[in-house]
Amino acid sequence: MTAAIEVRAVEKRFGNVDIIRDLNLSVAQGERHAIIGPNGAGKSTTFNLISGHIKPTSGEVRLNGDLISGLRPFEINRRGLSRSFQVTNVFARMTVWENVRCAVLWATGHRYAFWKNVDSLPEVRERTARILDDIHLTHRGDVPAGLLTYAEQRELEIGITIASGATVVMLDEPTAGMSHAETERAVSLIRRLTEGKTLVIVEHDMSVVFGLADRISVLVYGHIIASGTPEEIRRDPKVKEAYLGEEAH
Amino acid sequence: MTTATTSTPNVTGKPAGGNLRFYGVWLIGVIALIVLPMIFSSGGSLTSFSLIGIAIVFALSYNILLGQTGLLSFGHAVHYGLGGFAACHMMNAVTSHGWPVPLPFIPLFGGIGGLVFAMIIGWVMTKRAGTVFAMISLGIGELVASSSLILRSVFGGESGVTTDRTALPKMFGWTFGPQLQVYYLIAFWLVLSAMAMYALTRTPLGRISNAVRDNPERVQFIGYDPHVVRYLAFCFAGFFAGIAGGLAAINFEIANSAYLGAIQSGLVLFSTFIGGTAYFFGPILGAILVTYLQLGLTSVTSVWQLYFGIIFIGIVMFSPGGIAGLVMMHRPLVRAGTLWTVIPSYLVAIVPTAALAFGVILTIETIARYSGGDAINLFGIGFKPKSPVTWISAAVLVVGGAFAARVTWRRIADAWDRAATVARDRGYLA
Repeated sequence: MTAAIEVRAVEKRFGNVDIIRDLNLSVAQGERHAIIGPNGAGKSTTFNLISGHIKPTSGEVRLNGDLISGLRPFEINRRGLSRSFQVTNVFARMTVWENVRCAVLWATGHRYAFWKNVDSLPEVRERTARILDDIHLTHRGDVPAGLLTYAEQRELEIGITIASGATVVMLDEPTAGMSHAETERAVSLIRRLTEGKTLVIVEHDMSVVFGLADRISVLVYGHIIASGTPEEIRRDPKVKEAYLGEEAH
Repeated sequence: MTTATTSTPNVTGKPAGGNLRFYGVWLIGVIALIVLPMIFSSGGSLTSFSLIGIAIVFALSYNILLGQTGLLSFGHAVHYGLGGFAACHMMNAVTSHGWPVPLPFIPLFGGIGGLVFAMIIGWVMTKRAGTVFAMISLGIGELVASSSLILRSVFGGESGVTTDRTALPKMFGWTFGPQLQVYYLIAFWLVLSAMAMYALTRTPLGRISNAVRDNPERVQFIGYDPHVVRYLAFCFAGFFAGIAGGLAAINFEIANSAYLGAIQSGLVLFSTFIGGTAYFFGPILGAILVTYLQLGLTSVTSVWQLYFGIIFIGIVMFSPGGIAGLVMMHRPLVRAGTLWTVIPSYLVAIVPTAALAFGVILTIETIARYSGGDAINLFGIGFKPKSPVTWISAAVLVVGGAFAARVTWRRIADAWDRAATVARDRGYLA
């Protein structure tokens, strides 16, 4: 079976600085894969490279076997990869309902239609209602997204990300800045909503990572130094040295 | 999370009975357009209504860019003007070839003129939003306006292209000679265009335009190319601006370089912003007010642009949501039943605010007329620009009015806070 995401020998240079060096990563279909690493290791850059936000200097990225490096973000999104952002990135002046509905429109085939009434598209309405229900924001439907609490905005962010029905979902620090209780809520939400999908997640909270991930990759200075099950990663001496801050004995 | 959400918001955004109210508003608008000339039947008011109708279509088309897609254009009059020229040429062609095209169809050709130019120039222009788009629009505006004086065969040079609207084939026996018939023609196209532009906001493209306005980066990650969205919005805006230009061509029976220029582009920006970009009806209010002031003030004072400037700066600074924003601010208070607690503070504020405005007007007029020495007549009171009495009155009104007005404005703010808190507790305000 082809991997959901296959990153091969990707390099990214900004000027003379190598941000990403010889990045290799493989995420199997249906896997929950976490990317961890110290600050500045290039985790968000890796996300941006895969999702088309920035283009790799060299190397290739494949989605379900198809080459996607060099494509633009919306082209990659249309092929079934969706991502969230580390800083909340919603449509602030539009209501929660509108936010999710916009994210549903392309996937339901309505594209740039200017001859259809957006309020009378049953499948769009049903799907939007279902997603709002999933992220527990139904009662906030007509509130402008910019007025939501932080935790609610993070949930909306996840809702927008999964709304298109993408098979590969990438979440960039979905629980950053959340309280313990909010984090637990968010993790169970993520677990439920990505059922049967491929999930790539960047996360700092180790309890989230080890509780959620099937496999973990450790990124240090733009290079993946280890990739394996949580148990393997925990035991890996290189990881202990580089990331968990312990001396390897 | 708010704990006191007593209302259960309807997530589809359609309150019960909303449809009825929605059609009611449009019906009232149509009836008002039909009845208006029967109440105010003088030639002057018919001309004013016609100009206002054209300005509304133009401002609504501009808001497709500014309010709905977040594109600040300094050259929107290009499409208006080219629509006007297209309409004039079409009318002349119809007359000389004897084509069976009656006058009421001419604005459509104006729209096509605006649309075609938007389609040609738009792809490059809408590649980027923000400052880049604003600068290019300014450049294109100047380019086309100066070309109109150079390319004489198309634009007729300084004198423009003239036409005769009565020479076209008749429809329902109407010659469109009398202003009343032209008014109804404009009113018809106003209703048609406004409905079409409103419908546009309710389509997938309309909603994605809003998303592009709010966050073009994120739009890319929900499958849309923001460039295509901006381009399509730009084409629609060009089309409806062209219709407005076509209506102007019919009304004036001429199209010239003034249609395309920076003044016209500035005026539509002005109307739209003063009216308020966040609501569909905002530009309508703005177009009515600005056109009315433009027609009214020019006959009263020689420095009417100065007043426009002051109004514009006042709106930008104190009410960025425009008139529509000010009106809609009160909706949650009305729903929560707390509006009456704010009204008294408004009434108290009227007196010093009016005194301040009076003082400012007196100051401006004194300076404007000092060298000429003409008497100033303000609301029936005569002032001599060279008399110290006038200067002192102006100073007292400005300083005293400003001081008193500040106090009353603060009381409005306090009353507002209290009313808004209640409205929030009752769940009508997020």
